[in-house]
Amino acid sequence: MNFGFTEEQELLRDGVRKFLAERCPMSEVRRLSETAEGFSRDLWLETARLGWPGLAVAEEYGGAGQGFVDLVVLLEETGRALHPSPLLSTTLAGVAISDSGSEAQRARWLPGLASGETIGTVALLEASDFPGADGVRLEARRDADGLVLDGEKRFVADGAAADLFVVACRIEGSPVLAIVDRGATGLETVDVPCIDSTKRLATLRLGGVRISRDAVLSGRPGDEALERLVDRGAAAVSAEMLGAADAALALTVAYAKERIQFGSPIGRFQGVKHPLAELYVDVESSKSLLHDAAWALDQGAADASKAVSLAKAYATETFSRLGIDVVQLHGGIGYTWEYDAQLYLKRAKWARPAFGDADHHYDRAAALGGM
Amino acid sequence: MDFHLTPEEEAFRAEVRAFLDANLPPGTNTASFGFLSEWNRKLREKRWIGFSWPKEVGGGGGSLMQQVILKEEMAKRKAPPLGTCFMGLAWVGPAIVQYGTDEQKRRFIPDILDGRVQWCTGYSEPGAGSDLAALQCRGVRDGSHYVVNGQKIWTSIAMWSQWMILLVRTDPNAKVKHDGITCLLVEMSTPGITVRPLKNMSGGTMFSEVFFDDVRVPVENRLGVEGDGWRVTISALANERSGIAEVEGLRRNLDALRDLARRTERRGRKALEDPTIRRRIVRAEARIEAMRLNGMRFLTRQLRGEPLGSETSINKLHRATLEVDLGELAIELQGSAGLVTGRDAADGGRWQRFALNWPEVVIGGGTPNIQKNIIAERILGLPHD
Ligand SMILES: Cc1cc2nc3c(=O)[nH]c(=O)nc-3n(C[C@H](O)[C@H](O)[C@H](O)COP(=O)(O)OP(=O)(O)OC[C@H]3O[C@@H](n4cnc5c(N)ncnc54)[C@H](O)[C@@H]3O)c2cc1C
Repeated sequence: MNFGFTEEQELLRDGVRKFLAERCPMSEVRRLSETAEGFSRDLWLETARLGWPGLAVAEEYGGAGQGFVDLVVLLEETGRALHPSPLLSTTLAGVAISDSGSEAQRARWLPGLASGETIGTVALLEASDFPGADGVRLEARRDADGLVLDGEKRFVADGAAADLFVVACRIEGSPVLAIVDRGATGLETVDVPCIDSTKRLATLRLGGVRISRDAVLSGRPGDEALERLVDRGAAAVSAEMLGAADAALALTVAYAKERIQFGSPIGRFQGVKHPLAELYVDVESSKSLLHDAAWALDQGAADASKAVSLAKAYATETFSRLGIDVVQLHGGIGYTWEYDAQLYLKRAKWARPAFGDADHHYDRAAALGGM
Repeated sequence: MDFHLTPEEEAFRAEVRAFLDANLPPGTNTASFGFLSEWNRKLREKRWIGFSWPKEVGGGGGSLMQQVILKEEMAKRKAPPLGTCFMGLAWVGPAIVQYGTDEQKRRFIPDILDGRVQWCTGYSEPGAGSDLAALQCRGVRDGSHYVVNGQKIWTSIAMWSQWMILLVRTDPNAKVKHDGITCLLVEMSTPGITVRPLKNMSGGTMFSEVFFDDVRVPVENRLGVEGDGWRVTISALANERSGIAEVEGLRRNLDALRDLARRTERRGRKALEDPTIRRRIVRAEARIEAMRLNGMRFLTRQLRGEPLGSETSINKLHRATLEVDLGELAIELQGSAGLVTGRDAADGGRWQRFALNWPEVVIGGGTPNIQKNIIAERILGLPHD
């Protein structure tokens, strides 16, 4: 029995943390968030050489062949640093192809994603805003030469930068995941300004985009592929969330020890220390839920989806509250642009609906539990 | 990360399961006197009572992991508790094992293991609750005795106990209030002790006031050295661990509550179909699951040889929240029928009782505010208030 990380995982964590502290400190995060692309291509390629986008890609396709637990370690650290990068999106595109693609499909797309040459993303949502098969209406129409996509996908993370899109759509009513290339005729992305400027969003417009039959992921039934992608997306977002939550809590605890009012550090007052203790309890508990969920995903456990839903729901509620409290417990300085508290609050806003909010996942967990 | 058990651990689990199959078949009346005395005799034979204690004192010498397996398997089968001397097994015994003289171990430990005596805990006083170290009950050395004068309160099961573990102030001039406190083991039949039961809000009488009037306690019944009572008792309190066993109990209550919601009509439909009720149930489930997994993390740390400290306050807070929330939810979802008590109420009035008993867990053993202080000060390093 061991519910802890391995030495290799701790090394990975330390390495990523040190690299980001050095190469992408908060000043750089802020600078990048104000650029047009929102991230640095050089830094992206550098992190790719360190093996980040390929971490969970099998070795035969140029990755490191690690599991979801390792991915959680990596994403907790990029989340902690609020690192602006298409890593999460590219990772999830790779996860979808690894998990639901055929042998040939993996060989075709994974090497580019693992090396960082291809930036990938997943395009799941539509007007319904429902993160699951029930929300997908986009129909891939059949014609003599293959399939034609006409419609729109919304809230696509890193859509502007992406070279490859994993698109949720339907063929004759059945949900599938299909790979669409940036270069496809009729494809257009439109940037959408995002509340969290360290993250990028776009609308993906598909105007008569042609894809071939073998662009449809065929390793497993489409509805299953989609549900598994939601699981992995929700777990990955939770990991980034909890890294950021850790950092936000540490920032506030440090401030509470330092800021003097009424002749003593404000952390002495229970109105300050008790919410911090509650948040600590909830952050640690979210981690326990997430790490168990990641392990369940790696094991292919029957209750993995439910574990993910409990983790995403609990983490979302925790981080949403934390985002507000971090600002509030700092007083006036927390509201300033210069101070970092606001960045965490905005990240909490970004993470809440990503792959389903707390209500969505509590309801999903209830249904999966036979309620 | 790996939740699998080693072959030895699996073998131990199989042994526990086989024992349960043989001795606790479905439908056993676990409340009958005959069953219970047989059950305890067999558990003693296995050395599963006081399982964590060293073999020399009559314990089982069980490893940490074996203790968890034993507790978990027992809880899953709703087995009666391991032993009947609750406080003796939970903290009096461990304190005696750690700080007692050989004579004290010989004298007290076998009775605790066999359940021949009941122990109670005399720590809290009218003026010393959360601030326990402010206790004033006096112990004055007089030759080969301590003479005790003062009062204790909230003493659970004092009226059914033969012995008490008692904290008294022996040095009122100590510079730090935690010093100058001494731990005594006191026979409840000693002249000068008066027990006055207190009725609690559920109508039961479980705890008492205890008055001491020139009570003479032999010096050989002092546990540890004079002035060291705080360390002797508080370190033993810290023995309560990961909380994994409590999780099973909470789960069972949640299952029963879900079942109640499935049967109960509420505003024109089954309560379980009401989205807010569903969400509250599944929220509680997430919290219970978090508790279980937190417990696994703490256990992992213990297995790696790191001592458990203030982390246990995390699960104590979760448990306090759950005890209150589940009781409230169970009553609330019944609507006006939630007002009915006794046998006519749903599930024989179980939930009305449940909703009036949470203070045992929430207040006894340190209130939520105190747990938050512990986390904020000892884990987050914020200044003491
Ligand atoms: C069912 C039950 C069984 C018990 N059994 C035993 C027993 O067997 N033996 C025994 O010795 N004791 C026993 N106790 C006593 C228990 O340990 C105390 O009740 C508990 O520690 C709280 O002390 P108090 O009741 O004096 O409340 P107080 O300490 O007066 O607290 C009152 C309120 O003030 C808050 N408060 C106090 N100090 C602070 C602070 N520093 N910061 C913020 N808030 C604060 C508390 O959280 C609480 O809400 C039992 C209690 C109960 C309810």
